Amino acid sequence: MRLLPLAARSLWNRRVAAALTVFAIAVSVALLVGVQKLRTEARESFASTISGTDLIVGARSGPVNLLLYSVFRIGDPTANISWQSYQLVARHPDVAWTIPISLGDSHRGFRVVGTNGDYFEHYRYGDRRPLAFATGAPFADLHDAVVGAEVARALGYSVGDRITISHGIGEGSFAEHDDQPFTIVGILERTGTPVDRSVHVSLEAITAIHEGWESGMRAPAIGARPGEAATADLTPTAITAFLVGLKSRAAVFQMQRALNDHRGEALSAVMPGVALQQLWQVVGLADTALLLVAACVVLAGLIGMVTALLTSLNERRREMAILRSVGARPLHVFLLLEFESALLAAAGVVAGFVIAFGAMALAAPLLEQRFGLFVEVGAPTGYDLAIAAAVVGAGLLAGLLPAWRAYRNSLADGLSIRL
Amino acid sequence: MTETAVDITDLRFAWTPGRPVLDLPRLVIPRGERVFLRGPSGSGKSTLLGVVGGVLPAQAGTVRVLGQDLGRLSASRRDALRADGIGFVFQMFNLLPYLSVVDNVILPARFSARRRERAGSDLEGAARRLLTALGLGQPALLARPVAELSIGQQQRVAAARALLGAPALLIADEPTSALDADAREAFLGLLMQECATAGTTLLFVSHDTSLGRLFDRQLSLPDINRARPDAEAA
Repeated sequence: MRLLPLAARSLWNRRVAAALTVFAIAVSVALLVGVQKLRTEARESFASTISGTDLIVGARSGPVNLLLYSVFRIGDPTANISWQSYQLVARHPDVAWTIPISLGDSHRGFRVVGTNGDYFEHYRYGDRRPLAFATGAPFADLHDAVVGAEVARALGYSVGDRITISHGIGEGSFAEHDDQPFTIVGILERTGTPVDRSVHVSLEAITAIHEGWESGMRAPAIGARPGEAATADLTPTAITAFLVGLKSRAAVFQMQRALNDHRGEALSAVMPGVALQQLWQVVGLADTALLLVAACVVLAGLIGMVTALLTSLNERRREMAILRSVGARPLHVFLLLEFESALLAAAGVVAGFVIAFGAMALAAPLLEQRFGLFVEVGAPTGYDLAIAAAVVGAGLLAGLLPAWRAYRNSLADGLSIRL
Repeated sequence: MTETAVDITDLRFAWTPGRPVLDLPRLVIPRGERVFLRGPSGSGKSTLLGVVGGVLPAQAGTVRVLGQDLGRLSASRRDALRADGIGFVFQMFNLLPYLSVVDNVILPARFSARRRERAGSDLEGAARRLLTALGLGQPALLARPVAELSIGQQQRVAAARALLGAPALLIADEPTSALDADAREAFLGLLMQECATAGTTLLFVSHDTSLGRLFDRQLSLPDINRARPDAEAA
């Protein structure tokens, strides 16, 4: 019946009002698509932070807390664990590898991680991908440092640069370990995980720079000079946490129980997957709320459309009467209004996707830089298309109201325009 | 093919019960006849046109239009009958402002397969022929937005639209009241000529008695309508 072009022409005739309606829907759809995209990316980037590790072991605390400070490097550890306990596990016959982690220092706002060469060999993220070096190699000497991709990018570092480490966490730290500068020997490839934002040094280096710092600040004239530090026994007495890879995954539960029941020291052993899931339950709540809000904004956009169409109906009674006089049935009038709703909603969806994807393309570098969040702006996913279909569907549903009103009007008005 | 375009017997219609607007014992318009129906405003002529157009249901009596008893047709069949068989021209504001002149004229073909067929495969050509016959052939004129045309031009576009696809009946409701005297006669001449060409029955309603002499037959609604609607309930 070629009503669709008629609806399009009629809308074009009211293009300012129509454009505003489309814009309102577009903004709401952009918000929904953006929120959804961020959710997916956040969740993915979140879940891919650590893989291949069977257990994370730290001082007794909740799994989420342990995961946060050991892997995400957020917050502070509750306590350290002794080197003896670590050695006990590291030498266990079921254990394939361990990665010790010693935290507490920082470099210009980036966390410093004390570890050993196993970190570069055994740490896995995403789909069991190992860490790779963009340039350089793992630390070999005491005062060697390996920095993550984001550290190097943000601070403009390259191999050979010298850096100092600050005592404590936070950018404003005044206590600098400036007596023992480090040399950057390696820069890691970008991973999209907190590794990018970490400075890695050896455990021995952590011990060395804290020689004489037992009180929490430098004890004057007692601190090891660089030369002395290299010769002293720098085996740490404690570390913050360690990651465990087992020879057989079947031993995970047994090992976890054994560690949690360990009599010498109060330890917590958590499975990363379980802890990630627990953490996501907390984070996911906020994120579901966000999605709900975005969906409500779309609803508001569609209500705006219904309002605009309803208010236009009175001035369009003549238009409807003309259509009736040239043979349109009330059903045609109904369909005309439905098509208008569909066109408005569809135009809003298209514009919304353009806004959302454009904004994401613009914001992607910032998100990556500030939050370590990789937002890949590709073609719309099946989920995006489902959102699009849902919004157009909701638009059609909402359009039933003005369509019904126009239908009733045209039945009552007939050919004469009774205003 | 019946010989009557409109055949009304004992029609009664009231907007509010007890106050009939129409009480029409008999009105017959043979096919091809050009009838002038004089009716001052408030005499029930708009209501009558609504009934003949199949938009308002007769409350009593029978109304046969183009051989069909409207009372026996469903609402959608009445709509189809109007779309296929009746062209309308109203006093003013006949055109959709968002369509071009030609698109306005071919509008009936969007809603009636029969009128689309009769207009031929080249709808736009048919529209242009009608417009040219009504004195609106200039391309510059056709390219203008309809709202920029003069009232007289708009009425001729409306007449072209009502004639597209040769409907059997053309109902014109005060189509000339917005025109000055010269334009009025010119418009009417063209309209009558086109109706004659297509064999279309013309029911022309106006309060302007000076035009009546140009028609085959003149009727006065107050004379044939036994109801006496007051001036307000048009």
